[in-house]
Amino acid sequence: MKPFLANSREGFLALVVVVMFFAIGLIAQDFVSISNIVSIFNDTSILMILALGQMLVIVTRCIDLSVAANVAFTGMLVAMTNNMYPELPVALLIALALAVGALLGAINGVFVWLLKVPSIVITLGTMSVYRGMTFLISDGNWINSHQMSAAFIDLPRAVILGIPVLGWLAILFILAAFVLLRFTEWGRNFYSAGGNPTAAFYSGVNVGKVQFYAFLVSGTLSGLCGYLWVSRFAVAYVDVANGFELQVVAACVIGGVSIMGGLGSVFGVVMGALFIGVVNNALPVIGVSPFWQMAISGAVIIAAVIANSRSGKSKGRIILRDREASQAAVAVK
Amino acid sequence: MTTNTITKKNSVPDFLPVGKLNKFVRWESFLVIILFGVCVLNSFLSPYFLDPWNLSDATFNFTEKALIALPMALLIIAREIDISVAAIIALSSTVMGLVSELGAPLYAVVVTGIAVGGLCGLCNGLLVTKFAIPSIVVTIGTMSLFRGISYIILGDEVLKNYPDGFDFFGQGYVYWVVSFEFVTFIIFALVFYWLLHKSIFGRRTFAIGNNPDAAYYSGINVNRHKLILFVLVGLMSGVAAVLLTSRLGSTRPSIAMGWELSIITMVVLGGVSILGGSGTIGGVVLAVILMGMVTFGMGLVNIPGIVMTIIVGLMLMFVVSLPVLISMYKAKRQRQV
Repeated sequence: MKPFLANSREGFLALVVVVMFFAIGLIAQDFVSISNIVSIFNDTSILMILALGQMLVIVTRCIDLSVAANVAFTGMLVAMTNNMYPELPVALLIALALAVGALLGAINGVFVWLLKVPSIVITLGTMSVYRGMTFLISDGNWINSHQMSAAFIDLPRAVILGIPVLGWLAILFILAAFVLLRFTEWGRNFYSAGGNPTAAFYSGVNVGKVQFYAFLVSGTLSGLCGYLWVSRFAVAYVDVANGFELQVVAACVIGGVSIMGGLGSVFGVVMGALFIGVVNNALPVIGVSPFWQMAISGAVIIAAVIANSRSGKSKGRIILRDREASQAAVAVK
Repeated sequence: MTTNTITKKNSVPDFLPVGKLNKFVRWESFLVIILFGVCVLNSFLSPYFLDPWNLSDATFNFTEKALIALPMALLIIAREIDISVAAIIALSSTVMGLVSELGAPLYAVVVTGIAVGGLCGLCNGLLVTKFAIPSIVVTIGTMSLFRGISYIILGDEVLKNYPDGFDFFGQGYVYWVVSFEFVTFIIFALVFYWLLHKSIFGRRTFAIGNNPDAAYYSGINVNRHKLILFVLVGLMSGVAAVLLTSRLGSTRPSIAMGWELSIITMVVLGGVSILGGSGTIGGVVLAVILMGMVTFGMGLVNIPGIVMTIIVGLMLMFVVSLPVLISMYKAKRQRQV
């Protein structure tokens, strides 16, 4: 058995992230410190949580482009609720965010599951619908920090054992995703549905339903991130997280999640998100204009997919196409 | 219709349900009816609708997008997609601004704009065909890359020194109310109609979209064909960039942000199957005009732009679900019989 780091793509990516981190440390000494590691992890938490949800969706051969709009809508909704009823406990607001996010995700999921509409088109549509709804409920107004209650703003930054709650949440979801995807039937089904829908169908997996679950999870996590985003930055407005869906997809793609479905690991996604986090944090430190950020993430996505397409060549061939599987599914019904 | 029955007899069993010719005719007539309804509704809502100058103004809002929707239809029919088109506009517009700043003559600015678009398309096409990467991921990447380069060049600056006469492309009129933009669109619509429906290139596009493997084994160079399609989309994005930059008279990196959504909506609304293999230019042109009229009508009654994006989004969702709902309904009825 070869050593772990040289063998797996995720290991290689982790190596790249670590080397990059220390290389930047050579230029800017302050960069390498425990507190900076914690702060980078904390800054990347929302991206990681969203990327974990997106991973499920991509693994089942779909894509969810509506996550950022979902974040904006639920964020605005909880911020407005908090503004109007400051006495409501934060736990209730978080429950509201989770429920609304889940609902928005379920809408995507229903279209994909029951109507068999390509997810890219549906989420492209819901992306603009959710963003537009954010405008409708807020009338284009901003909710600023003084309009939010102290408890609402303080929760994600409360520090436990040196790490803010936001970071702990990310750790919690990483562990949960790891356990669910590795050890439960529910989690394994995402891989079988995406890896070979035909085989999955004949083994009794309801592919459409699994895809629905993926969108449901992705939406629920987006709802939670809506609250986290708004309270972390202490402001809610229509354009919150505009274009963030691309970073989320980028984190997955860099982390080795195959857009063809069936492939992807929690560790890879975390590393992909951290890669983006380190780059974003390093640019101002090494004196590069933030305007470079977009081009760099674009170039990294392309480089990552090229690398993945090369290494994925040995994968088994899919002989039957998924369209036939879905026809067979209809025929059996 | 004899051609109709022949197509039916020879069609492969795994042909898409929306791919039948008779359904197309229905879809396009459906668009015509809705278009007619929207126009009637608009003229009731506002007395300013049926004014030739107002209608001419309305065409400016969709011609640039429509120019990209034409090659995009071909690309989607061939089972690929390009969501980097708006970013190509941004990069092409930025480079045009730069060469204008350096004092390039009018023709050089225009050629540069279109060439940059073509190069971006070539870049997408090479990545998709050489590395066999799905076009959606490639173009998500190049979308950030192209617009990102634009941001690196411009930052928060604006370029607005263009050679004399450059404003004609986006603001000039050929005859009375007929704008240069609209004439450009009509000409390209005819060109793409010929390309898709009358040429061998078009037949090959459909063949690839229906079954890439069969197309490959019938001797079609699938990769080269797709590469050409990506370059076409890039070139047309360059043309759109020339028109848009000329119309606005300035360039920012955020130009044409989010246009890919409306362009893909136009194509899908025009009856092109997102799964590939079927679609017509006529349908796309009708969809383009329909969307233009809906947007224009909403503008006349003062509905804000972001509400329009909700409606465009809902329209997209409705349109892609409709064929599925129809075939589900048909299947249900067949089972009952």
